[in-house]
Amino acid sequence: MSVTIKLPTQLRAAAGGAVEAQADGGTVGEVLESLYGTHGELRDRIAGEGGELRRFVNVYVGGEDIRFLEGLATPVADGDEVTILPAVAGG
Amino acid sequence: MPAEALKCKECSTPYPLEARYVCERCFGPLEVAYRPPGSSADELRRRIQAGPHSLWRYADFLPLDRVPRASLATGLTPLVRADRLAERLGLGEVWVKNETANPTHSFKDRVVSVALARAVELGFNTVACASTGNLAGAVAAHAAYAGLPAYVFVPADLEPEKILSAGAYGAHIIAVRGNYDAVNRLCTQVSGERESWAFVNVNVRPYYAEGSKTLAYETAEQLGWELPDRVVAPVASGSLFTKVARGFQDFIDAGLLRGDVPAMHGAQAAGCSPVAQAFAAGTDVCRPVKPDTIAKSLAIGDPADGPYAVALARRTGGSVDAVSDDEIRAGVRLLAETTGIFTETAGGVTTAVLAKLAERGEIDPSERMVLYITGDGLKTLDVVRGTAAVTEIEPRLAAFEDAVGRGVAEGTPVTSALREAVA
Repeated sequence: MSVTIKLPTQLRAAAGGAVEAQADGGTVGEVLESLYGTHGELRDRIAGEGGELRRFVNVYVGGEDIRFLEGLATPVADGDEVTILPAVAGG
Repeated sequence: MPAEALKCKECSTPYPLEARYVCERCFGPLEVAYRPPGSSADELRRRIQAGPHSLWRYADFLPLDRVPRASLATGLTPLVRADRLAERLGLGEVWVKNETANPTHSFKDRVVSVALARAVELGFNTVACASTGNLAGAVAAHAAYAGLPAYVFVPADLEPEKILSAGAYGAHIIAVRGNYDAVNRLCTQVSGERESWAFVNVNVRPYYAEGSKTLAYETAEQLGWELPDRVVAPVASGSLFTKVARGFQDFIDAGLLRGDVPAMHGAQAAGCSPVAQAFAAGTDVCRPVKPDTIAKSLAIGDPADGPYAVALARRTGGSVDAVSDDEIRAGVRLLAETTGIFTETAGGVTTAVLAKLAERGEIDPSERMVLYITGDGLKTLDVVRGTAAVTEIEPRLAAFEDAVGRGVAEGTPVTSALREAVA
């Protein structure tokens, strides 16, 4: 299944300047793996050593924070939009 | 103490002093790093005391090339000794830092003063923010003074007092259908696309956050260059809470104060308490929540500085506690009745947590407490609607005497009910 991943400005340089990327997978985790396959530099920026999200990286599926869903196991459907954003803002 | 760089709080990668807020390597938050002050404690103290009657007197500890020649007079708010509050709670020495005395009636004037000054230095032509209300008013007012256009993004269900007052200053108000975390996320995206906009709490957030340190600087100076033993402060994103501690540490490091950072007690509303929950669970992972509380100015379900707030409370022997909406209302009332300071719901949260700490017996009567009251009750009037005992009479002396005779003008039953609610 193909989904669109929206990249934040802070990650675009590591993705060859791309604003978004297409990726495949049935869950957020699989989609991110697919993204790392295309843009290898992004893995270290987004994920820790065990593959979990770094603590200041937020991921949203269709506008909902995946921490309110099933985390990296959250299912995605064809045509979904996955957004990556820095957690640090506001207050 | 000139600013030297922005530094990642997670991995220490340094960056130039630009409009950046996130580490490109690990997404950690960036913070301003300073060179050690080149002056002795005596020189620093003299410079502060000879400085302007505002937060700019602490310019040695702020990340600006130069302080603005003119700005809305922010800071140096009263530190009020609250003996009646202390007595009511069985405490010895309680002080209230009354932030309602700022130009737009909340501590947000501090962070905006610093963020806007830095934004101008960096060449921005528009200011913006994601706000739970108080920030919107502060950005709108300071932008008006500086002659810059302002865009304030707020949750659409915000208290009307906050939306109307931001509008009075001529700001563009973007009411977003969603909670604060949705507003914040939208602003993070907009800020990536609008390069000439300074979002005070997004792309210039490291400078913005520094403004809260002045709360600690002033407290110490107003206490005669001494430290409190404990402080109670509200926790929304955790930025104010962590920066107050940093402020005390700065003064200790500079030789202006002797002792340790006070025990830091954080205050949250039970309807939005991700930091209090993490503290209670013994972890620093703050699981986000969907806020549901009358303390809208603290309704941040995904607090950016949450992990640091938990760690700080633990390290200093403090705590992070949560209180119910009823306790918040009682807290607003208790503070108003005993100090003459009418606070918004956030201050109700803070006061109610102080009451809770006192009740738990965690505070020795010999200890000096400081309570940070961050915003004004006139902005959240709905929470006191219907609580005042009003006696309506005809304009005749007999009618007055008759009413007094019935006792209505003497005791207010509402007050005792609330007093029981907080006890």
